[in-house]
Amino acid sequence: MATAPTVKMSTEIAQKIRQHGADTYPNECCGALLGRDAAPDVTTTASGVQPPVREILALFPLVNRREDSPRNRFSVTAEDVRDAEKAAQEKKLDVVGWYHSHPDHPAQPSEYDREHAWPWYSYVIVSVANGKPAEMTSWRLRDDRSAYACEDIAIRDHAAK
Amino acid sequence: MSVRVIIPTPLRAYAGKRDSTEVKAGTVGEALGRLTTEFGDLRKHLFTEEGKLRSFVNVYVNDEDIRYLAKENTPTKDGDTISIVPSIAGGSFFFQDCFPRPYDCLHRNCCRHSSNLSFRG
Repeated sequence: MATAPTVKMSTEIAQKIRQHGADTYPNECCGALLGRDAAPDVTTTASGVQPPVREILALFPLVNRREDSPRNRFSVTAEDVRDAEKAAQEKKLDVVGWYHSHPDHPAQPSEYDREHAWPWYSYVIVSVANGKPAEMTSWRLRDDRSAYACEDIAIRDHAAK
Repeated sequence: MSVRVIIPTPLRAYAGKRDSTEVKAGTVGEALGRLTTEFGDLRKHLFTEEGKLRSFVNVYVNDEDIRYLAKENTPTKDGDTISIVPSIAGGSFFFQDCFPRPYDCLHRNCCRHSSNLSFRG
């Protein structure tokens, strides 16, 4: 059985993502997740397989470039990606994923999300219902591009050990 | 003519964990073709099933976007650097997205998600 990867982030970072979603409501927000892949937890799971762990240590909020349909679409340009990568390098981190909001929709990836997704990145989605941030989930595209796999989110006061 | 192709982080797992590779090519199209011949798993992430470069895959030759040059026919010369740079897009549900769902349940929370669906009319 596949083991769901775990994405770790601090309560502060989780709150910033939720707040960004609330600030841009009813439009979608977006931004880069800066962090690194870390060694799995020492604790062994019941299956004996330790899930991969990804730490989100900083955010790089971006402007949604989809001016024609910002309520249900977001876009990050190649130039934005390069800026995010530069910001990550300055912090000795990597761009390990992207976050965006789903205003008045569940925090689940759409078919449009899947069609436009890259592998390896974590895609964090926060649902914003009537302006208030709600459920937050994380997803990663399968290698064959057929679907997203759900990632567990661990929110703690200190994501880094 | 040898050109260097910079592989973006999310695709390195499909290219032997390399961040770049050298290929012999006279155009961008030839370079990408040689790249995906050497690393076959890259192909589905760079090209559609029809063989077209995916819309969110951006290709630069020495920092010049090939969309403003001759696209995949853009000529390359010895020592050029080709960069593959992602752009990111997504968005929320449309009704036609409901089935089949574009995600897998890998842990218990997903089952909770699936019972929580609601859609704006």
